[in-house]
Amino acid sequence: MWHWIQRFSSPKHFYVMSAPLIRWFSVSALLLGVYGLYLGLFVAPPDYQQGESYRIIFIHVPAAWMSMFVYMVMAVSSGIGIIWQIRLADMVAAASAPIGASFAFIALVTGSLWGKPMWGAYWVWDARLTSELILLFLYLGYMALQSAIEDQRSADKASGLLAIVGVVNIPIIHYSVVWWNTLHQGATITKFDKPSMHIDMLIPLLLMAVAFKLFYAAVVLVRTRNEALYRDRNRRWVRELVERL
Amino acid sequence: MNWSEFFHMGGYAFFVWTSYAITFAVIVANIILPILQRKKVIARIKRAIKREQIELNREST
Amino acid sequence: MLKAYYHLLIRDLRLALRSRHELANPLIFFVLVVTLFPLAVTPTPQALQTMAPGVIWVSALLAVLLSLDRLFKLDYEDGSLDQLMLSPNPLMILVLAKVTAHWLLTGLPLVIIAPLLGLFMSLPAEAVSVLIYSLLLGTPVLSLVGAIGVSLTVAVNRGGVLLSLIILPLYIPILIFGANAVDVAADGLPVTGQLLFLAAVLALALSLAPLATSVALRITASR
Repeated sequence: MWHWIQRFSSPKHFYVMSAPLIRWFSVSALLLGVYGLYLGLFVAPPDYQQGESYRIIFIHVPAAWMSMFVYMVMAVSSGIGIIWQIRLADMVAAASAPIGASFAFIALVTGSLWGKPMWGAYWVWDARLTSELILLFLYLGYMALQSAIEDQRSADKASGLLAIVGVVNIPIIHYSVVWWNTLHQGATITKFDKPSMHIDMLIPLLLMAVAFKLFYAAVVLVRTRNEALYRDRNRRWVRELVERL
Repeated sequence: MNWSEFFHMGGYAFFVWTSYAITFAVIVANIILPILQRKKVIARIKRAIKREQIELNREST
Repeated sequence: MLKAYYHLLIRDLRLALRSRHELANPLIFFVLVVTLFPLAVTPTPQALQTMAPGVIWVSALLAVLLSLDRLFKLDYEDGSLDQLMLSPNPLMILVLAKVTAHWLLTGLPLVIIAPLLGLFMSLPAEAVSVLIYSLLLGTPVLSLVGAIGVSLTVAVNRGGVLLSLIILPLYIPILIFGANAVDVAADGLPVTGQLLFLAAVLALALSLAPLATSVALRITASR
């Protein structure tokens, strides 16, 4: 089985295998995304409390979920790369970081623009926004460390270790911020804290969540292929491939 | 719901549409940048191949 | 193993005490930065008391951050770090020794001078004792977690700002609970929860941080 894993995780094999997957992921992401947006913008009824402004939820919440999901993927792949020395895992981690940071950014901006009509201010030190901001800093720190170290293997391991330490810290940070926030804001209850959401709102939300996941899958595959090409640029399989292009 | 109501978004047009616009821009950037990155990597490898060809030719003459 | 810890600790302290003038720098920085706030904002006691926990804690954080460089840099440059990594003693113990030295030289002085700063910032007496406890529990964590960051960036040129970018998010929980403990104590309310949290984080850091640091050193500092 080890031989199978090693063969499966070779960058060359990955490069070949991922081509049809990218097409599949991007098409399904597009279809689900369009349908989800249609349901969310046209079909779902306005909220009795927030009117139409709640529709930001269909991009804000999936983006926030993805920012956390991608960080976990980053940390797990880094762990795999450090423990089992599988280079493909390091490539996936490096490729995921800018995507995760983008999602965190979207979550922050849309959260801010949702906050203005909802709470009256563009920025509030709400527990979720604050935790999300710190998550963005963690992403930026990871990317900064990756680019600061010249030797690729050291860079991967160092930033991988940082990602793993960050994962341990994320629950601590989140808990601290939530606790701190309840002290200072009282209970900032939003209607969507409770899981009982109107089904017409829940379905587009879930569709968008899946669409974002598929989008991430497609983009991370493209970026990982680029990493594979770059890191193996002196190897024969890359040379032969590029000459055919 | 007619189109003008749709764009108006109950008075929240600025907030809703700016959110969607920025999200769309970031998504598009996440599509374009990896494609550009790929082109750059391939171009760089091609240049390296060319350089090595030139050196090989020089050595063999 | 304990002998190795002890000897490395003594060695680090001895080396640091040779350049005694440098030792005072983080301390002076701490006092100076805290002094800036009354000057920049307002010296009225009520305003100062509101700001005090946060200002003192953030300044302590920055003072520790600035001093972290000394933890591994000099040893990295003259090759002693390589020697330490080749030692038969577990690297975690050696790291713990260096972190202890760092805390004794940087964190502990901050704790000792904190009452003076409490005075500057018009903190009531109950809050000052909580300030001391919170800093006593918090500064070791700052050194321990800071060591992880320094070990990742020790081989990077001009890695100072990168270090801050990496470590500050990790410092945030300590800052939140530490500053809050002092804030709440100034109102006369109980602070056992906050102090227990800080103690728990200290226990966690003591057990995990030296491990992470030694792994990071083996990754980045072995040539």
